[in-house]
Amino acid sequence: MPSIVKPTAAHPSLVRNKLGLTIRDYEGSMSTLCAGCGHDSITAAIIRAFHESSTPPEMIAKMSGIGCSSKTPTYFVNGAHGFNSAHGRMPAIATGAIAANRSLTFIGVSGDGDSLSIGLGHLAHAIRRNPKMLYVIENNGVYGLTKGQFSASADIGSKPKKGDPNRMQPIDPMLLALTLGATFVARSFSGDKEQLVPILKAGLAHNGLAIVDVISPCVTFNDHEGSTKSYISSRKNITRVTEMDFVPPEQEIIAQISPQGKTAVTMHDGSVVYFTSLPEGYDPSNRLAAYSYLSEQQGKGEIPTGLFYVSTDQPELHELNATPDEALVNVPYSKLSPGAAALDKLMEGFR
Amino acid sequence: MHQTIRVNDFAVKLANVNGTGSASANGLLMTAIFRMGIPVCGKNLFPSNIQGLPTWYEIRVSGDGYQARALDYDLMVAMNSQTYARDIKEVRAGGYVLYDSSWPLDKSLSRNDVTFLGAPLAQMCNDAFGNPRERILMKNIAYAGTLCALLSIDMAVVDALLLEKYGMKQAMVDSNRKALMLGYEYAKEHLPCPLPFRLATMDANSDKVLIDGNTATALGCLYAGATFAAWYPITPATSVMDAFTKFSAKYRKDKETGRSNVCILQAEDELAAIGMVIGASWAGARSFTSTAGPGISLMNELLGLAYYAEIPAVVIDVQRVGPSTGMPTRTQQGDVLECAYASHGDTKHILLFPSNPNECFHFAAKSFDLAEKFQTPVMMVSDLDIGMNDWVTPRLKWDDSYQPDRGPVVTKEDLEGMAKYFRYSPQDENNVPARSLPGVHPKGAFFTRGSGHNKLGVYTEIPDEYQEVVDRLLLKHKSAAKFVPEPVIERREGAKFGIVSIGGCDSAVREGLDRLADRGIAADYMRVRGFPFDEPVERFLLEHDFCFIIEQNRDAQFKALLTLETPVPKEKMVSLLFYGGFPLSAKNVVDGVVTHLEGSK
Repeated sequence: MPSIVKPTAAHPSLVRNKLGLTIRDYEGSMSTLCAGCGHDSITAAIIRAFHESSTPPEMIAKMSGIGCSSKTPTYFVNGAHGFNSAHGRMPAIATGAIAANRSLTFIGVSGDGDSLSIGLGHLAHAIRRNPKMLYVIENNGVYGLTKGQFSASADIGSKPKKGDPNRMQPIDPMLLALTLGATFVARSFSGDKEQLVPILKAGLAHNGLAIVDVISPCVTFNDHEGSTKSYISSRKNITRVTEMDFVPPEQEIIAQISPQGKTAVTMHDGSVVYFTSLPEGYDPSNRLAAYSYLSEQQGKGEIPTGLFYVSTDQPELHELNATPDEALVNVPYSKLSPGAAALDKLMEGFR
Repeated sequence: MHQTIRVNDFAVKLANVNGTGSASANGLLMTAIFRMGIPVCGKNLFPSNIQGLPTWYEIRVSGDGYQARALDYDLMVAMNSQTYARDIKEVRAGGYVLYDSSWPLDKSLSRNDVTFLGAPLAQMCNDAFGNPRERILMKNIAYAGTLCALLSIDMAVVDALLLEKYGMKQAMVDSNRKALMLGYEYAKEHLPCPLPFRLATMDANSDKVLIDGNTATALGCLYAGATFAAWYPITPATSVMDAFTKFSAKYRKDKETGRSNVCILQAEDELAAIGMVIGASWAGARSFTSTAGPGISLMNELLGLAYYAEIPAVVIDVQRVGPSTGMPTRTQQGDVLECAYASHGDTKHILLFPSNPNECFHFAAKSFDLAEKFQTPVMMVSDLDIGMNDWVTPRLKWDDSYQPDRGPVVTKEDLEGMAKYFRYSPQDENNVPARSLPGVHPKGAFFTRGSGHNKLGVYTEIPDEYQEVVDRLLLKHKSAAKFVPEPVIERREGAKFGIVSIGGCDSAVREGLDRLADRGIAADYMRVRGFPFDEPVERFLLEHDFCFIIEQNRDAQFKALLTLETPVPKEKMVSLLFYGGFPLSAKNVVDGVVTHLEGSK
């Protein structure tokens, strides 16, 4: 539905941020994803996070790869530059852009196929380089645009529309990020804006790579029992989906997760996902404790959400490479050429 | 036996074991001859290995200034017993073999038409030096000393070089001097010094430098104002980034803050390297990567993105021998077609073909102007021979009036005055639309995509809208023909046919043209230096009855490109192909041409 244009009028009662902008100023084009897609909820949370962070839209750079998730940067902050690049390569492309212009605020939007399969190597090395960017993985365990293949985050026992259940170990982006030394590791749920928006804002503020794994149900292709990233469609809808290329209208999933203890989120189709918020006394600066906690909870079949780990004292990309405070794109050419005389002098060493 | 004296016209081949320190002795000899003002050319024929395998270095001295390999060796410095047999076979009749007489030479290797010169180099060094590693290293300097005596190399020049190289390290200067004199004095006393072919000081190098193509390339990138580079280590391109890193530390670092006006990232692979370059270019920085054929293979995906989304990117391709891993330390021109059409779908790229380090310098800098002027990847296609060997080349000079050509870019002021900005419309006289860079103005915001888009930059799947954009991209590519370096064309009286080549073939072909002329065969010459091809390329091919297309690959890739991209009938083009991995020699060219001409009589 790319031809559908959103109305641009803003109601006078809308809240204005420090720049005097309303949330409408952070919106994008109409989503072309399936109705009820978890990704659209994340988009709404991103819009809020940017609005509340009072980031000037033209100073935002939206980076993405390929896939359903990677389409979403068109759906937020129209006034920002965006780059819908190539499958899995976003971390590399973003790293170059961040190196060139550190004055921009970067958000990378990716999915589980993009980040955990084809682009896993790039994600891993982006973690090592620690560029300042909010990196959102919209995780649904499935390839949507190619219609329902498992991704690397699919859980053991997940059933595809056709064929056998998945028997391979999933790659967990959170455990991976902790292992590789990521400096900001958080997970949330697309339906839980109350938790997600603050995490995104924290990620935007983080001086380094902030990895946020957002469980985001795919209403169309990941509707089987046993998956922690989806919900079961009603019998009626299953029939429609499998029989023809028709996407049934779904309600956006809204879930509130209580700040303490385990929360069972019942999807509107009746499936259940368990979430836990981090227990009291949890220390998000202890990488090892974070790893143990996550492993333990996930071993029980739960999906903990929250900010698991953050380190504010590790050098980010520019510090690692001793680049100036000024963005490299703004350094004038006169400061870049050593000049003819220097070359003449240098040439004496080649004689 | 009477031998005529030949001054400044001979070839020496040095056979060594790699990883034993022979490179510094060979470099010393090469530089000393250069300092004597004599045109000289050095070719390092080395294995893909760190230590223990055979390696050769060739020094060709040519008062006439020829820079290609000479395949006739007047002197073989046989320092590797593993390869004695083949090395001794390669010496021309009447030539000489210098060997280490610390051990007797197998009699079966003897040749009647060659003079064997023995010097007990290992024994002398064992006696003179205590440390085992030093004994091995100094043996190389000792044979350099012997060659100084045999070839009349100016010892004052060599001494000055040692001082410059080791400077404050007096112990190193002393041991090198000692080893040098061991070899020199032994030769003076026991060997027929100087040999009938020898050196005499000239003044041919006052405006020249001795530099390899990769170092010159790095300087070109530095002077063009590159502020971002990403790369993955690969032979034979690694030294481009090594040099760029070194020069950046010297010229881009603020002495007070310690901060550098450049960011160089070693990527996880070539996919990431080109990805980072595209990201940095998209953000507005002049960016480049350096790689070889295997890296270009990986970069294909994102080169298509940069082509279609119209993002500048500079790629330095230092070609080696393929396919697959191939022969990483050998030279070839096997990436021509891969570079021209890199990526899936309809893609065409701008290519520059330097033939020597001086052109590497200027073409590298030009690549950035072209990449930004045309908002597309530009590949400078060099090769191992140009990139890794030291060449006597005109001194690199920079013009301080140079200003980067950033191509059409909308400024903040432009955007303020615009009702609405569209990324791919309108376009300039070269079919290039104006870029807007992030962070400049809200009106410049644009969503870059590698997916189908119309001339306004909006996603499309409508045939006419898609075609309109890719048709313009084709026109844009054609427009670049007038801006790539023009071909070098040289005509000879009475030429009946043409010879056409690219890149690293040049020095051998030029010399070959002279040798053919000696035999009464005159040919016109054209060296193509850029793609897309401009009219002069087409005209040259059409106005000759036929042309030899000389290139270094099996499949005549350059000829294929000429066939595809010009209306010249392919019957008018005769391929001469050399692809064994060693740099071309004039002899290859002459033999190829003569054989064909005789065969077609």
